Amino acid sequence: MTTEQHDTPHAAPGDAVISMEGVHKWFGDFHVLKNIDLEVKQGERIVICGPSGSGKSTLIRCINRLEEHQRGRIIVNGTELTSDVKNIERTRRDVGMVFQHFNLFPHLTILENLALAPIWVRKTPRKEAEALAMRYLERVDIAEQAGKYPGQLSGGQQQRVAIARSLCMNPSVMLFDEPTSALDPEMIKEVLDVMVELAEEGMTMLCVTHEMGFAKSVANRVIFMDFGEIVEQNDPDNFFNNPKMDRTQLFLSQILSH
Amino acid sequence: MAEVFVAAPDLPPPPSTTGAIGWLRENLFKGWFNSTLTLLAMAFLAYAVPPLVSWFLIDATFVGDAETCRAAGGACWSFIGAEFKLFMVGTYPNDATWRALLSGAMLVTLFVVTARHMLSPLVAAALWLLLPIPVYWLLGGGLGLEPVEESRWGGLMLTLLLAVIGVVVSVPLGVLLALGRRSRFIAIKSLSIGIIELVRGVPMITILFMATIMLPFFLPEGVELGVLHRVQIGIIIFSSAYMAEVVRGGLQGVDRSQIEAAAALGLRGWHTTVFIVLPQALRDVLPPLIGRCIALLKDTSLVIIVGLLDFLGIAKAASQDPAWLGFDAEAFVFCAAIYWALCFSLSRYGRSLERRGHGAFRD
Repeated sequence: MTTEQHDTPHAAPGDAVISMEGVHKWFGDFHVLKNIDLEVKQGERIVICGPSGSGKSTLIRCINRLEEHQRGRIIVNGTELTSDVKNIERTRRDVGMVFQHFNLFPHLTILENLALAPIWVRKTPRKEAEALAMRYLERVDIAEQAGKYPGQLSGGQQQRVAIARSLCMNPSVMLFDEPTSALDPEMIKEVLDVMVELAEEGMTMLCVTHEMGFAKSVANRVIFMDFGEIVEQNDPDNFFNNPKMDRTQLFLSQILSH
Repeated sequence: MAEVFVAAPDLPPPPSTTGAIGWLRENLFKGWFNSTLTLLAMAFLAYAVPPLVSWFLIDATFVGDAETCRAAGGACWSFIGAEFKLFMVGTYPNDATWRALLSGAMLVTLFVVTARHMLSPLVAAALWLLLPIPVYWLLGGGLGLEPVEESRWGGLMLTLLLAVIGVVVSVPLGVLLALGRRSRFIAIKSLSIGIIELVRGVPMITILFMATIMLPFFLPEGVELGVLHRVQIGIIIFSSAYMAEVVRGGLQGVDRSQIEAAAALGLRGWHTTVFIVLPQALRDVLPPLIGRCIALLKDTSLVIIVGLLDFLGIAKAASQDPAWLGFDAEAFVFCAAIYWALCFSLSRYGRSLERRGHGAFRD
């Protein structure tokens, strides 16, 4: 495939793709992230859960530097994230992100939404970029909508387009920031199906989500955050059946009780 | 106990709500207040319309000289016909009139082609930006064409020239100023704010005076600019500041999440600005942007105070013609009609743009 052009080669399974060491972040006086240590290996599928305001979204937004951390180190694909713009751009090209509210570009067609970054960031010729876009649209089962505008699609379709848009950059890691929280219930499954498929293909994924079913069946590690700290992390089996910390137990009893 | 069914008494038929009578009742005579207003309005129309009609049409003279006009007592439209060339191009030389006509034809063609959305927005924008070059060559001469002194440019031609070039140059400049105002670099930011606020704090007439009197001091030695060019620059500076504020409103309306999505894909800052932020911002501010264009077109009539004879100025001058004294009203009515037609077509174009925007693109 012509799309295998990376600034940094994809790591082999088992290598660390992301490592965060002692990361702290403040919003003004508010200490959002407290001493985060996290290592993500190639091919790992991590689900991050926790009550709202616990810093889950901020944590994954630090990984592509949509948020700046103030202390500690974040290394993505061997590059440390500093204020160096070149490094930030290189990292962002290699890290896909899916947002809660899709954030498609409303003035561009679906096809243009997908082809924009390959054309201008990867310098792929337009024809090739559009062919690439069509391949990914077919993959998320939405190719027949290529000429429409985002506003003409349902929420579930828009989120699948957003996933395809990230995949067009052939990322080595995908970050999902509550990808199903803004969707009507009947549309959640079509998005989760795409994510499960991605996981089965070996994509390294970090998902902030409240979909515990997805966590149980897909994740190989579940992280629980509260008050800006990683309180507990474990494989899903132990995490759900045998939580060690009181706060984890309380959280799980609240979200699993209904 | 069985109840006996008793039918309700018949009601009178409802008043007619259809047909001419129904329409009159519904729209003109609904209640005593509306009826009074309708009668008053009718009385006013009966008083005002007949004299206007007789002045405009019945007593008007369409063919004939000033004496025929005075004898008839109505409007003297033959005066407009006699001075038509003056109204259109001022004292532009006769043997070069075709150059003005050709420029006008280019302008009209480009406007129609743009207004009917026959070109992609990028091509249309490029053509508009390039338009001043052939127009200046045609009107001014040089490169094989007989030069025409700019003091002889006038009339509707001058008005359109000042307005169209004013818009075509000040929109991109306004975009740059608006972007500059949001720049991270303090020098660019303060410069942009300085220019915008300075210009907006000064009346346009002041800008025109400053442009004609002070601009030459800032030009390098040996460079000389005619009054027309200095006024054109003044208009562009004035208009840019207002365009910048309109565009800034649009920039503020673009959600931060759009910029984040572009950043997350690895797009550079200026790619994000050009492909993501500006298209959405400009679409959102099209109505006020078109409004500024209309205002600019009308503002060009102020150039009369620095001695240029634009459309309105020519109208005033034409009514001083000894052969046609006393027909100021006709000149100004004609002027108003043309201004109105121009502004109205601009505003219709704006509406059609808005409707397109509200169709597919909206989320």
